[in-house]
Amino acid sequence: MADKVRVQSTINEETVDFLCEPRQSLLETLRDVLGMTGTKEGCNDGNCGACTVIIDGRMVTSCLVLGVEASGKKIETIEGVSQPDHLHPIQQAFLEGAALQCGICTPGFIMASKALLQVEPKPSEERIRLWLAGNLCRCTGYDKIVRSVQSAATKMSGERR
Amino acid sequence: MQAFEYVSAKSVGEAVGVLSQHGEGARLMAGGTDVLVQLRAGRRPQVKVLVDVKGIGELNELSYNDRQGLIIGAAVPCYRIYEDPTVIKRYPGIVDSASIIGSVQIQGRASLGGNICNATPSADGIPPLIALGAVCIIAGPNNSRRELPLEQLFAGPGRTTLQNGEMLISVRVPPPPANSGAQYLRFTPRNEMDIAVAGVGAAITLNAAKNTFVSGRVVLAAVAPIPLLVPAAGQALAGKPVNDETIGKAAEAAVAAAVPITDMRGTIEYRKHLVGVLTRRALQGAIQRAKGV
Amino acid sequence: MTTTSGRTNTPATQYKVVGTRPIRHDGADKVTGRARYGLDFNVVGLLHGKILRSPHVHARIKSIDTSAAEKLPGVKAVVTARDFPANPKGQPIDFAEAGADVRVLAENIMAGRVVLYQGHAVAAVAATNEHIAEEALGLIKVEYEVLPALLDVRESMKPDAPLIHEKLTTFFTKDRQGRGENTGVKSNIATHLQFKRGDLATGFKEAHVVVEREFTTSMVHQGYIEPYVSTGQWGKDGRITVWTSTQNPFGIRASTAAILGVPESTVKVVSMEIGGGFGGKQPAYLDPVAAMLSKKSGRPVKIVMTRKEVFDSTGPASGSYLRCKIGATKDGRITAAELYLAYEAGAFPGSPIAGGAMSSFGPYKVENMMVEGYDVVVNKPKVQAYRAPGQPQTNFAVESVVDELAQKLGIDPLEFRIKNATDEGDLMPSGMVFPPMGLKQLEEAMKNHDHYKTPLTGPNRGRGIAVGYRFNGGGVSSATINVNDDGTVALVTGSVDIGGTRTSVAMQAAEVLGLRAEDVTPTVVDTDSIGWTGTTAGSRVTFDTGLAAITTAEEVKRLMIARAAKIWEVPPAEVAFKDGVFTSLKNPNDKLTFKQLAARLRATGGPVTASAINGSTGVGPIFAGNIIDVEVDPETGKVQILRCTAFMDAGKAVHPSYVEGQLQGGTAQGIGWALNEEYFLTKEGGMANSTFLDYRMPTALDLPLIDTVLIEVPNPRHPFGLRGVGEVPIVPPPAALANAIARATGARLTKLPMKPGTIWEAVEAHKAATKTKK
Repeated sequence: MADKVRVQSTINEETVDFLCEPRQSLLETLRDVLGMTGTKEGCNDGNCGACTVIIDGRMVTSCLVLGVEASGKKIETIEGVSQPDHLHPIQQAFLEGAALQCGICTPGFIMASKALLQVEPKPSEERIRLWLAGNLCRCTGYDKIVRSVQSAATKMSGERR
Repeated sequence: MQAFEYVSAKSVGEAVGVLSQHGEGARLMAGGTDVLVQLRAGRRPQVKVLVDVKGIGELNELSYNDRQGLIIGAAVPCYRIYEDPTVIKRYPGIVDSASIIGSVQIQGRASLGGNICNATPSADGIPPLIALGAVCIIAGPNNSRRELPLEQLFAGPGRTTLQNGEMLISVRVPPPPANSGAQYLRFTPRNEMDIAVAGVGAAITLNAAKNTFVSGRVVLAAVAPIPLLVPAAGQALAGKPVNDETIGKAAEAAVAAAVPITDMRGTIEYRKHLVGVLTRRALQGAIQRAKGV
Repeated sequence: MTTTSGRTNTPATQYKVVGTRPIRHDGADKVTGRARYGLDFNVVGLLHGKILRSPHVHARIKSIDTSAAEKLPGVKAVVTARDFPANPKGQPIDFAEAGADVRVLAENIMAGRVVLYQGHAVAAVAATNEHIAEEALGLIKVEYEVLPALLDVRESMKPDAPLIHEKLTTFFTKDRQGRGENTGVKSNIATHLQFKRGDLATGFKEAHVVVEREFTTSMVHQGYIEPYVSTGQWGKDGRITVWTSTQNPFGIRASTAAILGVPESTVKVVSMEIGGGFGGKQPAYLDPVAAMLSKKSGRPVKIVMTRKEVFDSTGPASGSYLRCKIGATKDGRITAAELYLAYEAGAFPGSPIAGGAMSSFGPYKVENMMVEGYDVVVNKPKVQAYRAPGQPQTNFAVESVVDELAQKLGIDPLEFRIKNATDEGDLMPSGMVFPPMGLKQLEEAMKNHDHYKTPLTGPNRGRGIAVGYRFNGGGVSSATINVNDDGTVALVTGSVDIGGTRTSVAMQAAEVLGLRAEDVTPTVVDTDSIGWTGTTAGSRVTFDTGLAAITTAEEVKRLMIARAAKIWEVPPAEVAFKDGVFTSLKNPNDKLTFKQLAARLRATGGPVTASAINGSTGVGPIFAGNIIDVEVDPETGKVQILRCTAFMDAGKAVHPSYVEGQLQGGTAQGIGWALNEEYFLTKEGGMANSTFLDYRMPTALDLPLIDTVLIEVPNPRHPFGLRGVGEVPIVPPPAALANAIARATGARLTKLPMKPGTIWEAVEAHKAATKTKK
């Protein structure tokens, strides 16, 4: 076993120090070392998007990032999306639009949608589908997810105005 | 996953040093989207040291000038390439491939350099680069450097001609000639998030009247042990009029060169057929771009 | 963009809560990452388990040496089949003996003597982390003697095929539920099922046109996103606790206890949130293994399957071979129909031939009919339920032949269906009589829909339709309601919530009690904390657990009325309850709202609490239909779906958003099954494409918006008229797509998946055949 490495990172705007083995993925580190189980594991090879997090503004699948790579990075996870007293508009839209059934893919979809709306406030249906193609949902057929992202986009651009 | 040491290299020399010291026991990582999957699946049991090259400045270079063309550092992630205004304007064929490798999440990490060094026959990133005449810049022990046409880098599925202690620094793509265009097309059952059943990268240059091919290069993915440059397709184009017959001849040459296998992604017959279809379509797309349509 | 979800046939609002769209009770937890799935379970001292699996498709285990693994630092326990009392020596299973099921379960989770499919478990390890456990697997030495493998259902059925189980004999049955009679014939065919009525020869003689075709479908997987996971803890007091994501906690309790050879009452199953199941997450694969590793190590053990293990080693849906023949008169009346189906059971008997046979000709009046089904073992993982088990396969065959028949007769395919549609009082293929149902209303709604009325134009485009039927059996559910002082109630059930049923059940209790959906707090509890409850499957939770909640709520109402009567000193019969208000009939000024009365309960005799079960009535029949437009690239064979409308007779949609969700999700799964999903086998017979990358489930970019139309023909078996909506939506898409592709290209696809290469070959063959004719 290689020695554990000390890593300092910023997770959801808080400085976090932790120890991890080089072979531990960021996903494993978040879930097993830091107890942040909101980020989900679906395939562990980058093909389902359930473990999507945002690193330095860019969304990635955390199963394909090493925990040691978090050093000096700014990481956003599902645990940091809502405000103390209210949900993020995307979360609210998913609830109102019934965009989840079992909910296991939901944190990944919300992180991916957040990353999308940060760079494109008013994406088309086609653009939403392309952006979310790396996130698998087996329950919904995506219809209500796509509509909920559209509805969140509308609401968020309204708030910005 | 097997245990390994992690080294975040800060210079080419440091990375080359680790490679020289550990040989097969060391593996470079840029985005990690292939190597971590392989390690987890137990497909690279010999790896004891993983060398992260994202911290090396030279490998993060993405620049263009009219003299030497486009430099793509080996660790530059796909998104930087397809979001770059110069690449979008001058190299749409590269945008074609960089924007279909994996998901948007994968594109946030994966580099064309990694796609090249992983050397799978189905790699989408490679055919348009070869078609555009890309050259590899390779560093080796004792500060050595050499250049190699990209099509000469591949030795077989998953294997390159890089020697012990060598690493890919960047690829250089020549400035696009006037009246030139390129396109990469692949065929996949799903619309994204899939591996090419077959892929074709085509780059062509037309004469000033845009009615005759000056030259062309056609490169195939997923239908040979390596990304396959088809010189016969280029010969079928050079000096010939831009019409369906010429395009058809080039497609025939591509089909003739393809040596696919039957596997879960498709049969030999289907893949050869797709090479013909995709060559025609990619050439037509390249022509449209050359004409500025 | 297509129009938003629309509804038809909605009767005037008669309910206050049922039919509305409240936010689901567990929603905030699930959008913030707080919800705890089986995957998320953790506890101090937790060990991580990994399972060693067979690389061979069929082999005899000659020896297993675990000594090196046991010595690896960090390894705390290793187990093999010898550790499990249910089948300690790996003796061959005697299938003719009663109670064979536990032996099958035990053998399937840990092979004793023989491995029967690639991925069959042979040993397990618990270690301080998953990486060490994985390394330990590499140190276990297993010697195998490779045996011949059977991978095709027709090969396996041949009389001279090698026997996968030496004691397996064929049973013959005419009953959908009974096991039938033992024919005594040794074979890989476990069951031969036959439904028969009228006289086929006479019926086909009467027909002017007869279409007969053969079909094959590949094995497919449910594809739930959360992998199988379980944590087991064997306490020092001998009591076992299992934390897992399962559709069937009481089933896991029973099979875990049986495999471990302990009384059922010593096992407690704690249902964590579940990340999808679709029928596949009912059996115990990991739970007894985790518990046994815990017994040996003295610490809790968690096992998470890799995605490859999920594909290789859990229960997928049967691949099949089918033959369907239907005859009709010139004016479009079906005179005879015959269906042959042979399903892969995988390594042990149990494919859903009964479901497939029952569904088959359900939407059609057929006097002369024969359905013959065969349950056949092959060297593949043992199949499990997948949404409407066995039914998409037969529907693909029947609805393709019906479509071709209509085409040949020159009759509109929907008109043809309407002309032959079954109705209340007609016979199902199984011989049961149809109760009231909405098939005709569904087909009329399809015919009158804008989608069907809008012509489809353009080259290489085609429109396909199909109608699917399912009969839902149902089962038992328990419920408890506790009235809180503030006038809200807590609703406790044992039905794992896989897609929003906390809310759809709570809404029914709220309706009875005159409360808002938000005033009911639904909780799903462990097996020690609620009465026995059947599995979350079979489209039954909103129906059955809803009935249990209604019955319980009625009892709460009765107790609350009695309390009001006591306060007002009148007989209970003189207290009315309407719109959430209790009123004394004698003195109408005596009024108490539910909330006011709740506040007085503790001072007037104590809290009100009630428990009840549902009287099991069987959920009943349900129908769904699709209209799908496609465009096929004739050069590549690739299908793009241009427009898709899904119809269903929901009886009554309790929470329409989630009913639409079931319809959309089931349609999407049916589309995946139709177009790309398959178990692609290596030369040796293992699954070559056991990743989400190569299994190719549809992504958001592969599907259009799925427009939904809910028809509501009330189900008399439920006070609010519900039907079980979960499964039937997956049934029609494969046939609807095959029919659309046939109309787009002229080529009829008879093989699932209809992947691009297959379509291209069919189109080329069709072109060649058409040329020859000319």
